[in-house]
Amino acid sequence: MRTWVFFLICVAVGAVVFALARLIQNDYVFYAGYVVLQFIVLATAWNILGGYTGYVNFGSAAFFAAGAYTSVFFHKFYPLPIPVLIVLGAIVSGLIGLGMGYLTLRLRGAFFAIATLALAVVLQTLIVNWNYVGGARGAYVIRPESVPLIGNYINYLFLIMLALAVIAITIARAIERSQLGYGFATIRDDELAAEASGVPTLKLKLVATTLSGALMGMAGAPFPYYIGYLQPASAFALDYAVNSIAMPMIGGTSSWIGPLIGAILVATLQQWATVSISSELSLLIVGLLLVAFVIIAPNGIVGLVQDRLRRGKAK
Amino acid sequence: MAEPLLHVAGLSKRFGGFVALENIDFAVAEGERVGLIGPNGSGKSTLVNCICGTLTNETGSVRFNGETVDGLITHERTRRGLARSFQLPRPFVTLTVAQNLRVPLLYTVNARPGPSLSAADIDVRCAELLRLVALDGKADKYPRDLTQVEMRKLELARAMAAEPKLLLADEAMAGLSQSEVDDIVGLLIRLNERGITIVLIEHIMRAVMKFSQRLVVLVSGRKIADGKPDAVIRDPEVEKAYLGQ
Repeated sequence: MRTWVFFLICVAVGAVVFALARLIQNDYVFYAGYVVLQFIVLATAWNILGGYTGYVNFGSAAFFAAGAYTSVFFHKFYPLPIPVLIVLGAIVSGLIGLGMGYLTLRLRGAFFAIATLALAVVLQTLIVNWNYVGGARGAYVIRPESVPLIGNYINYLFLIMLALAVIAITIARAIERSQLGYGFATIRDDELAAEASGVPTLKLKLVATTLSGALMGMAGAPFPYYIGYLQPASAFALDYAVNSIAMPMIGGTSSWIGPLIGAILVATLQQWATVSISSELSLLIVGLLLVAFVIIAPNGIVGLVQDRLRRGKAK
Repeated sequence: MAEPLLHVAGLSKRFGGFVALENIDFAVAEGERVGLIGPNGSGKSTLVNCICGTLTNETGSVRFNGETVDGLITHERTRRGLARSFQLPRPFVTLTVAQNLRVPLLYTVNARPGPSLSAADIDVRCAELLRLVALDGKADKYPRDLTQVEMRKLELARAMAAEPKLLLADEAMAGLSQSEVDDIVGLLIRLNERGITIVLIEHIMRAVMKFSQRLVVLVSGRKIADGKPDAVIRDPEVEKAYLGQ
């Protein structure tokens, strides 16, 4: 299937989702749905680096927060519409990704993961001490009541995040089927052999960190408008780092559909648990699921299904 | 005389205080079949790594195809026509056999100046390579489904896919049975007949003697012999290195 056909199908699915959400006529659907969609974008973005090239990024929150704080900055400096802020957030986080990649990609495995964790801490410290964007106090972002054509503002935010999810998934799938995808896979499998086959590994890793960072920044940019009051602790929350790793792992890291399934499953479960049991429980759910999947299905749900199919064929 | 295809001059490499290679001079003419032998730890693989850019040598230089390649990273050297296979096969395990071969076609052959291959060309090229190494039935298998000798063939095919001028085959036959060794030697000779210069790094003397037109011997990081295979193996110094006194 060509990329643009796939894109159109995604748009159609998105339109159906939006129409259904409108039918229910309950704002809670939009509030909860926004979070689920946001995690689809984050999980897909994480998977471009973590799943395709095999570099585990523990600093997702930093990229997300960079996007969110870019919005806060412009909200005070020169208010811009959210789609523009998303582009700006993508640029800022993409550049951070490029810089992080350049500094750390000679590290492998756990060392790379620790370096990304350190990046998040450094960035959080900077934000906490930057008064203009609210510092440790946080910043209020008053969102308008409604938007022309769409109506209620949360509907608008939901629609934006839906569009981002469509974009992220289309990009991820396009990469998988392209030359870039082969290059990423060789980096994951064996960098030395990749170089010997002519793959410019450093360059491709920089492409991956930049792209992954930019998509996370896009997911973060509308966040201040969603939450209304942004403080460092919520933008840099552990949830983002843990979820964006756990969701692709649970869904399966080998293809675009894994993070999608993982994010829908886990984020929906979390939303349900937050409302019906307690908000503290939601991270516990992720933890337990992750442990269970690492033991039972190390290749995630997608891997589990593929194994079943292969076994079915063998019989 | 024309400049050799590969010319290593005064190359040294140390790991901390250990001198792995000392002042190596080594040349390979175009179209030649050279055997590189030496006891374990004599620096054969280190030399290959320095030539390919996986390791950087402290002194000396490597010239390839009339160009100094010092300072170029591995993939840049591969694109210039310097391919290698690894001592232990290092396939891309999450890609199928055919996909393994697509990687050098996409990233090396298509990165060279001139018209690039279309998707259909690449499929044809993959099929040709698989036939060449007799893996045609395994195109859609994953490396984990291959036997040891098939894995070695895949390793060679992947190096060949980059359309190299020079192939450095690092112990392509270690651990194979006699008939499998003959199989691979036959394959390498066929590749050479297609115009590819080959340096074979090997322990199995029968294979080396059958393959090589010239033999180079490394012992403890120094080159101690270089010449016709029959003469080299009768060299007293070589005998001493291999058999002791």
